[in-house]
Amino acid sequence: MNASTWKNFRIETQDGIATVWVDVAGEPVNTISRESGTEFQAVLDLLEKDAAVKAIVLASGKKDGFVAGAKIEMLRDVESADEAERLSLDAQAGFDRLEKFAKPVVAAIHGACLGGGLEWAMACHYRVVSNDRKTQLGLPEVQLGVIPGAGGTQRMPRLVGIATALDLILAGKTVKPKKALAIGLVDESVPPAMLLEVARARARSLADGERLRPAPAGMVDRLKKDPQATLQKLALEENFLGREVLFRQARKQLLAKTRGHYPAPVAALEAIQAGIEKGIEAGLQAEARLFGELAISPVARELMGIFFATTALKKDNGTSDPSVKGRKVESVGILGGGLMGSGIAYVTTNAGIPVRIREKDDAAVARAFASVAGIYDGRVKKRSMDRLEKLARMRLLTAGTGWEGMERVDVLVEAVFEDLKLKQEMLRTFETLNPKGIFATNTSSIPVGDIASASAHPETVLGMHYFSPVNKMPLLEVIVTPRTADEVTATAVALGKKQGKTVIVVGDGPGFYTSRVLAPYMNEAVMLLLEGASVEDIDAALVGFGFPVGPMTLLDEVGIDVGAKVAKVMHGAFGERMSVPEVMGKVIESGRLGRKNGKGFYTYGDPKQKKVVDVTVYDALPGGRRRKKIDREEIVERCVLQMANEAVLTLGEKVLRSARDGDVGAVFGLGFPPFRGGPFRWIDAEGSGRVLERMRRLEGRFGLRFRPAPLLVEQAASGRPFQG
Amino acid sequence: MSHYRKHRHHHSRALTDGSPPPRVAVVAGLRTPFIKSGGDFKDLSAVDLGAILVNELVARSGLPLGEFDALIFGQVVPSQLSSLIAREVVLRTELPRSVPAHTTSRACATSLQAATEAADQILLGHADTVVAGGAESLSDAPIFASHKLAQALVNASRARSVPEKLKAFSGLSLKDAAPVPPALKEPTTGLTMGESAQKMAWENGITREAQDRYAVDSQRKAADAWASGKFAEEVMAVDVPPRFAKIAAADNNVRADTTYAALASLRPVFDKRYGTITAGNSSPLTDGAAAVILMSEGRARELGVKPLGFLRAYAYAATDPGDQLLQGPAYAAPIALDRAGLTLGDMDIVEMHEAFAAQVLSNLQAFASRKFAEEKLGRPEPLGEIDPSRLNPNGGSIPLGHPFGATGARMITQALRELARRRGRHALLTVCAAGGLGAAVVLDGPEA
Repeated sequence: MNASTWKNFRIETQDGIATVWVDVAGEPVNTISRESGTEFQAVLDLLEKDAAVKAIVLASGKKDGFVAGAKIEMLRDVESADEAERLSLDAQAGFDRLEKFAKPVVAAIHGACLGGGLEWAMACHYRVVSNDRKTQLGLPEVQLGVIPGAGGTQRMPRLVGIATALDLILAGKTVKPKKALAIGLVDESVPPAMLLEVARARARSLADGERLRPAPAGMVDRLKKDPQATLQKLALEENFLGREVLFRQARKQLLAKTRGHYPAPVAALEAIQAGIEKGIEAGLQAEARLFGELAISPVARELMGIFFATTALKKDNGTSDPSVKGRKVESVGILGGGLMGSGIAYVTTNAGIPVRIREKDDAAVARAFASVAGIYDGRVKKRSMDRLEKLARMRLLTAGTGWEGMERVDVLVEAVFEDLKLKQEMLRTFETLNPKGIFATNTSSIPVGDIASASAHPETVLGMHYFSPVNKMPLLEVIVTPRTADEVTATAVALGKKQGKTVIVVGDGPGFYTSRVLAPYMNEAVMLLLEGASVEDIDAALVGFGFPVGPMTLLDEVGIDVGAKVAKVMHGAFGERMSVPEVMGKVIESGRLGRKNGKGFYTYGDPKQKKVVDVTVYDALPGGRRRKKIDREEIVERCVLQMANEAVLTLGEKVLRSARDGDVGAVFGLGFPPFRGGPFRWIDAEGSGRVLERMRRLEGRFGLRFRPAPLLVEQAASGRPFQG
Repeated sequence: MSHYRKHRHHHSRALTDGSPPPRVAVVAGLRTPFIKSGGDFKDLSAVDLGAILVNELVARSGLPLGEFDALIFGQVVPSQLSSLIAREVVLRTELPRSVPAHTTSRACATSLQAATEAADQILLGHADTVVAGGAESLSDAPIFASHKLAQALVNASRARSVPEKLKAFSGLSLKDAAPVPPALKEPTTGLTMGESAQKMAWENGITREAQDRYAVDSQRKAADAWASGKFAEEVMAVDVPPRFAKIAAADNNVRADTTYAALASLRPVFDKRYGTITAGNSSPLTDGAAAVILMSEGRARELGVKPLGFLRAYAYAATDPGDQLLQGPAYAAPIALDRAGLTLGDMDIVEMHEAFAAQVLSNLQAFASRKFAEEKLGRPEPLGEIDPSRLNPNGGSIPLGHPFGATGARMITQALRELARRRGRHALLTVCAAGGLGAAVVLDGPEA
């Protein structure tokens, strides 16, 4: 192979030091492919033979990234466990050769060094990182349903210790330079401008036979230096019994956390344990075998499906015309600085965009400031942001009680009380003040078209539906009316992405997409409650399915009154099939609003105590405190089918632009289990024919509300999947 | 004949060719509430206060951030930790970091100085839009180490070993370790502001009763202005960071219930036996910030911005601090009026900074005095008398407070808004300042 035809590497040799630039042609970030693997072996061949080369520095040719990991498409395209295992074995062999390479290799790391990228770096003889905030290192493979497959499960514990490696690998955590240095994942952390110079100097020293790392300290010295950590390591890692305890504990925690839904972390644990107990060769074999099995597992397929969907969304401007460009957004106004408004202010200032909040009085203004500052303070406390950065972000926020300043904002996000008249009044006032600005309503249930009907130019009106808490929830649902201009849609989508959100664009209508598919799911849960099911059983069944919380807990969290209000809107819009059980009114009348007033389906007394079902809630329900046992499978089936069928309806009605958006919206907005891929991928996996059959059976039992969506009937007849 | 009689010929364009002088638009103005030192702002520095104020002013102005060409800002008592308040303010707001800034100072006339410098820059064509203002935090006033202690600290910081460090402190006595508070004292006369004002009261025959009556009147006007909502648009509420638990929404030295009897019962501060100046007829030590946005008339028109009014002319003058320290306004006002091509009688409003009631009454006396005009100014006619209804119509620094660096900018906004309410055409602003300095600015209302 000729160096001039390489597509992934460049070599530059000076004074005996060869700098190997990883620079995948035509891509913004470096990823590892079969091709780059083969080329790298050729690179090593060349460096081996070249007597002028004494030592090697491995660096990235990209401005702000080292190597982001293996190319996911390569994983997606494997067809069998054997094929995936071979992929892993090849990668292991390649890095093994690197580790045993006769000339020293120093990795110079700036930017993301993840997955295969970190495995690559760990196979080098010395690692220097830039102390830049863009630099992060980790093995996030489990997040895609697989495990590190190029020696990561073996090299990481040997570099940082078993406990730390378990912590990082099993959760797919990434670390910043400071932490990476502290745990021993890297050898040095230097200013970005010094990175290459230092890496080359270290490479030269290694070639000269200098020992750069101190020899392992003796036990006495270690005890003197850090008695606690040393003792802990002695107790847990450096003897057989302790390790047993460590692994058993980790496995127990994992199962509790993943509820058995995610096999990858367990597999990673197994590979690590094999390597520690039976030696690195056995460890590598286990790693490759498990990698192979996982790569073709349904969970990995679904997680990768979501990965590709979000990647595709990142490039989507939200309109049917990819050439449309959004307006530049230099400042954003927010009406209302409550929970939603201040959350939106946080994500916007955090993106570096000035924000102006309008609130009703000075006290509310102060609360808005305090609430945004509180989110930043949380980050400072967790050390994901430093204090000066927080202050810099906070300076982008101003707030007042008047409309002053709103004349210059490019986008106004309205987050006032959920009331059509009020929202229309806000819209009219804004337009007289700022005739060009975009008006985005953060309504969760009022049709955007109804609000826009008050506008003199409805093409500048759309919905931006954020989810609470805004700083944590990853989804933004942008709602367009038939009159919304493409350029306006693209502006909102681009703004949402800047705010760090995954953005889906949906059509207008009651509940849009997410609130709409949630409504029948919640209604069904309430129906089950009325039939006599217990609150615990309903929640446990859906948590068992993979939702982060069950529907009754969710109702407590959003507020039972809020839930009832949305349900009423949906009932009004969709008629009988979304009729609300009347008894919920009684529950609310008894002063039960959920967590916010400390009275819901659960008790909210002592925060230290585990919350339990408040049995007095049953007094207002048929059946009283004696609950009936309803099969968990039936609970899951009825609730999930309601959601999935409603999702298909929205696709049929073109509220959704694609099944992809529906899956992403449900997973990121509603907590639909990621390993099930979203409602459409779930139907695909179950088989649309079978799903249709189950719907029909339930329709027979319960009538209209289980009538299958016409598109579901169509898909079942054709046998085509929703997501190809 | 004093040397102050040396003639100055201040020929403005107004006098030479009959056209009004070129002027600069004031498009926005805002201040924080003025809070007595040690109150709600006690944990905020002047930089903090300035930044909070400017950030809100800029946001409220609705001007695109790219419009701002410069910021000029000042504080009178320096902060210990930031040497260049103006730039620090820019860096603590949403203003682009590319906005250059400089700090300026002219004691109590500092933010007038900032405004007139900004106007100069605009008229020179160097800038179109400039933020000008000032802030003061006497809660955060620097406490200095004694000279000996300071030297010891410097030596210790250079020392290389612990014994050397300790040696640096060996010559100190206990009294050297006592902190030295900042002096509001004239270094060359040895008199404090208050002592100088007391001297003026005696020399000009300003009685205790006249001072107290003046102060009661100013308090009442300020309280009325607050009560009738006149300040709502020009004073922002400050949600005090970092907790945002306290809200400062109004000046806390304005007292609607002030009575003459109450003021008359206060004890004099600067001379226990013969003194007439009390805490009640003086301006208090105050924390706060104020600023205005100045813009070239042309740019304001292009952007469709409706000015609050215009800065038409100004003058600075000075007198011997050993004579009557706070008589500066009487020297500066005639020059500014000449430059404006206007007379005192043309003024619909006169905003006169009230350091002390005794000082205001002394300034008014000088304005009206033929003797003063002839002897001190070399002018045949006195400037004239001011109709009390036009003087500080919404109260002055005695009730409102006086954060040194902020007062000038406060007065510009307050005067222009009152001019608009009265549909008046012109206002005169005066400020007396340390060192015998006087400042005077002539403003045009939006209709003039």
